[in-house]
Amino acid sequence: MTTVARDSRTVVDSTPPPAKPAAGPSRHRFRAAAGFAFGAAVLFAVAPLVLSDFRLSLLAKYLCVAMVAVGIGLAWGRGGMLALGQGVFFGLGGYAMAMHLKLADAGPGNMPDFMLLYGQLDELPLWWRPFASPWFALPATVLLPMGVAFVLGSLVFRRRVRGAYFAILSQALAAAMVILLIGQQGTTGGTNGLTDIQGFFGYDLDDPVNQRMVYFIIAGTLLALLALARHLMQCRYGELLVAVRDGEERVRFLGYDPAGVKLVAYVVAAGMAGLAGALFVPAVGIISPAMIGIVPSIEFVIGVAVGGRATLLGPVLGAVAVAWARTALSERFPGGWTYLQGLLFVVVVAFLPGGLASLIGLLRRDEGKRRFGWLRRTRCPEGQVSS
Amino acid sequence: MTVLIGQLFTGVSIGAVLLLIALGLALTFGQMGVINMAHGEFIMAGAYTTYVLQQVITAAGWSLLIALPVAFVVAGAMGVLLEYLLIRRLYARPLDTLLVTWGVSLILQQLARDIFGSPNVQTRAPQLLTGNIALPGGITVANNRLFILALAAAAVAALTVGLRVTPLGRRIRAVVQNRDLAAVSGIPTARVDRMTFFIGSGLAGVAGVALTLLGPIGPTMGTNLIIDAFLVVVVGGIGQLKGTVIVAFALGVLQATGEYLTTLSVAKVMVFIAIVAFLQWRPQGMFTLRTRSLA
Repeated sequence: MTTVARDSRTVVDSTPPPAKPAAGPSRHRFRAAAGFAFGAAVLFAVAPLVLSDFRLSLLAKYLCVAMVAVGIGLAWGRGGMLALGQGVFFGLGGYAMAMHLKLADAGPGNMPDFMLLYGQLDELPLWWRPFASPWFALPATVLLPMGVAFVLGSLVFRRRVRGAYFAILSQALAAAMVILLIGQQGTTGGTNGLTDIQGFFGYDLDDPVNQRMVYFIIAGTLLALLALARHLMQCRYGELLVAVRDGEERVRFLGYDPAGVKLVAYVVAAGMAGLAGALFVPAVGIISPAMIGIVPSIEFVIGVAVGGRATLLGPVLGAVAVAWARTALSERFPGGWTYLQGLLFVVVVAFLPGGLASLIGLLRRDEGKRRFGWLRRTRCPEGQVSS
Repeated sequence: MTVLIGQLFTGVSIGAVLLLIALGLALTFGQMGVINMAHGEFIMAGAYTTYVLQQVITAAGWSLLIALPVAFVVAGAMGVLLEYLLIRRLYARPLDTLLVTWGVSLILQQLARDIFGSPNVQTRAPQLLTGNIALPGGITVANNRLFILALAAAAVAALTVGLRVTPLGRRIRAVVQNRDLAAVSGIPTARVDRMTFFIGSGLAGVAGVALTLLGPIGPTMGTNLIIDAFLVVVVGGIGQLKGTVIVAFALGVLQATGEYLTTLSVAKVMVFIAIVAFLQWRPQGMFTLRTRSLA
């Protein structure tokens, strides 16, 4: 799978094609560090200077989507698991955070307003109570989705359920979760979700200064997750993950446990989605079933596909670009965006399976030669995993 | 006892709807391995076909009867177009067909919104199908549910016979079992693929006609149905119609029982858990074609 390695390297660190003498590991690390410094400078210095408060809070929202995309890039791009239900983990993180913030808003001993409205409950439901403590709620935003992913993943991967079966199951999980949330209106807020979140650990979210702080937290988290993903992709485990993607049986014959390898990537991706959901809540002030169902879950995937599923930065840039395009275009042509979104799916996946990231590499390699031949020779970065 | 039988019939009628919407998928996903997310939109196309025909033909009975073959052809033609334009390029990577056809489904939904408007529309059911039949023992059976059951049975019978007896059916089975060998034997595999897609998508259209008897027609109706239909095919097993039939009814009864004992939402989650548990026992679904493939 040299294509994959080459593609990812060209995009991640912009190393020249491997025909030239390969860069040593120290140079690699230097380039990666420089890339991170550049990314951090853009996120922390340039964006806050250039963008208005409104646009900055939009960017915060996009960056949350990008965090989910990093996880999908790991699980799908590297691991070959098309996880269509990332909305579930995003939602688990989001709801855990929102429950805590709701309880904090209401004050000790009080119940969130919607419960009195719809639930006619006399007291707080048992499963809400632990979320009053930030020491429970904060770890829960990550551990809860990881736990669910662990249970589902170990059940599914051990029995070698994969490919389309796994995609459909993960999607069904999203459908089931949304139906469950809507059905339990009294305790979950139903279709409305948990709305109108005012405070964030004592800070008023309406204050632009605090919104800016939330943005910085989100940007910092995204960078940390990228570093984690880069590490996982570059270390021995990353090699193994790609190997499992491209030839699961062969890896099994070599004495490894493919189920465990896949499980790690899936659980890490779930944790990233959970964290993204948790940070999405203070950035937007609401979490509802409409943000975590089948449709948003698939929309998480499209950004990854557009950017380049097998690369490190592709998913992030793709997710931000698609989310940004959505806002920009649906402001002007409300119906038109859906057509464009559909076309994006069709064109990118069918004709450019490596995403836009592969386009850069392909163009570079073919410079001067067959300038229009690249389209036909586009290869699927998934290798033979899909068959 | 009456309650039990009543619930059983509810389950069977849910199963019949599931079966009808999953039948086309059993062909395109089960036999060909193509994950067509636009299948739900083909169902929607069938439903809107009924609606359009009813604007022209006012007698509800006739319009429904005419809608069945027309919807089959309309949805089938859409399927062939999709196969020709996109899917045949993607046979080597089935997972990607999922994303591509999801894009197609987004476009079709918006198209429906632009043509018919976002609000749901309603068709009139023929007089014959609006009432109930009272069975001895105080059990009532809704006529429209009974009609859907009959339609599902007819579709299964037609498909089974078609696959077993007709030359096209034999070719389809040959291509499914060993594409290369079939091609070497002189079977035009590309044409067979297209015909398989025509029939599978056409069946979605028929399901759409049946669904107009149960509820409103809207641009997003397909999305809600498609996951259930896929689950039926997954649990039923690849390449086996009998698995699809058994699982559709089993899930229908499970859903109805769960709904009766708890709530609709809890029942849905129960069904999901049951499916994951079932896949622990039989990861390849209820019935599978035996192969020696390593994957």
